[in-house]
Amino acid sequence: MESTTEQPRNISGSMQSPRSPSSQPYLSVSVTDPVKLGNGVQAYISYRVITKTNLPEYQGPEKIVIRRYSDFVWLRDRLFEKYKGIFIPPLPEKSAVEKFRFSAEFIEMRRAALDIFVNRIALHPELQQSEDLRTFLQADEETMDRFRFQETGIFKKPADLMQMFRDVQSKVSDAVLGKEKPVEETTADYEKLKHYIFELENHLAEAQKHAYRLVKRHRELGQSLLDFGKAVKLLGACEGEPTGKAFSDLGTKSELLSIKLQKEAQQVLMNFEEPLKDYVRYVQSIKATIAERGTAFKQHCELAETTKLKEINLDKLMLTRSDKVGEAEIEYREIKAESEEATRRFERIVKRMEEEIVRFQEQKTEEMGVAFHQFAKGQARLANSVADAWRSLLPKLEASSTV
Amino acid sequence: MMGSENADGFEETNLNATKEDMENLDLGVDGDDDPLKKSDVNGDTSNSGYRSAMSTLSNVRDPLSPPPTVMIPADSDPLLAPSSYEDFRSSFSSKPISSDNSYIEPPSYADVIFSPFDENSDSEINGADDSSLHSQFSDSLSRSPSSSSSDYIKITVSNPQKEQETSNSIVGGNTYITYQITTRTNLPDFGGPSEFSVRRRFRDVVTLADRLAESYRGFCIPPRPDKSVVESQVMQKQEFVEQRRIALEKYLRRLSAHPVIRNSDELKVFLQVQGKLPLPMSTDVASRMLDGAVKLPKQLFGEGGASAVPVHEVVQPARGGRDLLRLFKELRQSVSNDWGGSKPPVVEEDKEFLEKKEKMHDLEQQIINASQQAESLVKAQQDMGETMGELGLAFIKLTKFENEEAAYNSQRTRANDMKNLATAAVKASRFYRELNSQTVKHLDTLHEYLGMMMAVQGAFADRSSALLTVQTLLSELPSLQTRVEKLEAASSKVFGGDKSRIRKIEELKETIKVTEDAKNVAIREYERIKENNRSEVERLDRERRADFMNMMKGFVVNQVGYAEKMGNVWAKVAEETSQYDREKQSS
Repeated sequence: MESTTEQPRNISGSMQSPRSPSSQPYLSVSVTDPVKLGNGVQAYISYRVITKTNLPEYQGPEKIVIRRYSDFVWLRDRLFEKYKGIFIPPLPEKSAVEKFRFSAEFIEMRRAALDIFVNRIALHPELQQSEDLRTFLQADEETMDRFRFQETGIFKKPADLMQMFRDVQSKVSDAVLGKEKPVEETTADYEKLKHYIFELENHLAEAQKHAYRLVKRHRELGQSLLDFGKAVKLLGACEGEPTGKAFSDLGTKSELLSIKLQKEAQQVLMNFEEPLKDYVRYVQSIKATIAERGTAFKQHCELAETTKLKEINLDKLMLTRSDKVGEAEIEYREIKAESEEATRRFERIVKRMEEEIVRFQEQKTEEMGVAFHQFAKGQARLANSVADAWRSLLPKLEASSTV
Repeated sequence: MMGSENADGFEETNLNATKEDMENLDLGVDGDDDPLKKSDVNGDTSNSGYRSAMSTLSNVRDPLSPPPTVMIPADSDPLLAPSSYEDFRSSFSSKPISSDNSYIEPPSYADVIFSPFDENSDSEINGADDSSLHSQFSDSLSRSPSSSSSDYIKITVSNPQKEQETSNSIVGGNTYITYQITTRTNLPDFGGPSEFSVRRRFRDVVTLADRLAESYRGFCIPPRPDKSVVESQVMQKQEFVEQRRIALEKYLRRLSAHPVIRNSDELKVFLQVQGKLPLPMSTDVASRMLDGAVKLPKQLFGEGGASAVPVHEVVQPARGGRDLLRLFKELRQSVSNDWGGSKPPVVEEDKEFLEKKEKMHDLEQQIINASQQAESLVKAQQDMGETMGELGLAFIKLTKFENEEAAYNSQRTRANDMKNLATAAVKASRFYRELNSQTVKHLDTLHEYLGMMMAVQGAFADRSSALLTVQTLLSELPSLQTRVEKLEAASSKVFGGDKSRIRKIEELKETIKVTEDAKNVAIREYERIKENNRSEVERLDRERRADFMNMMKGFVVNQVGYAEKMGNVWAKVAEETSQYDREKQSS
């Protein structure tokens, strides 16, 4: 499977030719060689993760580790926790219908998606600095297992995130603080963004659904051409010449085209449907970030309120020269620090998201463009094969058609 | 956003909404799109029941583009053809792309395939100047006959109407449907160029079929439409009536395409005589049984000698219970044949005949199989077109959405890329649909020949039953002879002659003579039928091969043409998105 990770990339994210001077910093990762390990219910797939880099933080020019899907999940969760505001690249779906979990097609699709996942992280200006990434790419398997077990259950599952997001969306006022108005950002731009993301997911999901069906249609057409070809050949065996031979040729071409259709089906799946699915996942990841922002905003608001209250209280105590002043002052400073921290966190998320949105749009335009181009090329190639195959029959058919 | 959208999002793209949306699509300034934009999108309406889909497909008429009679010559008039093909061609020819397209070498079939083909235009049996697709079904059967090139006979069935049987009872008679049968022909047998109409009901068609079967034994007579065993309520329903109308039209056209049957009295009478159909009706079983019971003794013994049943009636097969007792006799005979009792006299030819029969059976099986796979293929093409269209529509919606919400240029670029893809997908979808309606027409030849295989079976059955008659008569003679001999022997022993025995002997001898004559007639009939079989089968083989060749050619040319069109459309998109070509990056 051709991988776009063959080329080493420099830190700023643009692709470089292999001939560039090796003094340029680069970090290149590939996820390869899926292997089934374990037995029965406990069976799983392991992948080889190969890191090529000249960065000082990494051990040596090349490092190979073995990772499994839950290791990738660990990495994603860590990044999500630490880099709020950044759209963490999405992972391929966790569970699949049991029957297909180990099918070659599913494994390949997953491998490709994981490869893209890691590379996106390696290309991201902030994420690539992450210590967790280094751990993921370098730690030996035992260490990795240990890390992974430690973190299980601590971090929120996507379901929880969705719940938080729904809370934000539902504009339910905060009962604890007794606030009347909803604790939510209401800037026009941000509203627009949220609306956009929501709607986009619907549109993309529909497009992806049809793309998936189209893959199926290719397969079905391929199958029917195969069956038709066989049937026509049998019919030709019953007929005399030249009809018999014509049928036989027709059948052969039909069978040939069937193969081409199956191939194209696979191409459409990998190069068109999967990118669309990835797009959908990405949008879902953005929704998770939006939820995080909502939480951060709420905290920032609440702490700001609390700080104000504490300040007012402190002033009151100072006026009455109460002996509780000292205590109150400490509390006030603590709360204020927390509030400032919460505000900083929130603002960092806002800033990051601004940059991320631009990046996201550009990245998606590029990736979709590639997907469309490949799809169009594939369809054109298929159409031309079909035309060529059938056309080759015409001289004989035309010659013998006049009765 | 598109009008069909609702607040619930896009859980299920309703197929009808899809079509309306597609009709309303503004595919942009591209001039090529206009004719495509307006074309009727609602052709393949049915999702249920594939067969109905197929017949619906076959009945689709794209209102904008000229009649798609591209594979089947529209008319023997050469002046008429090019202009319509010109229109058709120009509505689809894309701009320079097709000639620049490096994948195909000129001339491309996208342009060439819609030029008139000559293979059949000189010798139309059924002139096909109307654009009805029904006519094109039977036209696809047209081939070069031995008759002169200007002969034609064109039959149309139309105008179904409800009528009521006159009845003396208070309740009133049954209602039934009649159809108008219009014939346009220049055959001399019908009195030169003329056009005339009659009204017939289905029962009349059954009568016609039965009479033809009697008169043209050994011929491959096209099978008539089935009698339907449905309630009278269903009989009245429009869909049923329409299906029957189509079936009747096909049947009559096939009859008139048959070089011998088209000249038959039965058909002429059916097509021309106003009012009640003057052909003897097939009677019901009960009276036929009585008939048979009365007739057989007459047949065998004669009634007062002179008024013996004419021998030619003997050679009619014991059909449909009419001669019930005779039927039993022949049944016994055929059983004894099977048990190797008395060997059939004509063994040799039988071998060849049996081989041919076997071959025909094989052929029939393969035609059935091929036509089933053809149906699958058509369905797969249809589905592909549908899904492609839905995909295009989804991207159109995305395009509009991105454009409306665009905050960044990258979004606008993406929206534009999507639009190009969507446009191509919608075009490709339409191409698939057109390709498919053509494919249906061509591959329908396979279905047509299934009907013809039944006709062959009928012809072979005629032969077998004629042979059975011969054998029955042949086997009777020896036993009659023996009885005569016995009686003579016994009689000779009686002094002065045995009056009763002598009378018996004379009767028997008379019977022997009648049977002998009948046998000779039967043998002649059998030979005649064999000859009919032979020439018919030969004709059928020839015509079938020609038709199959034409079918293949039409199918292939169609595939080529539409594949080229689709290739062009996608090549255009590939070019429009060429900046995303990663394979080329070599810096």
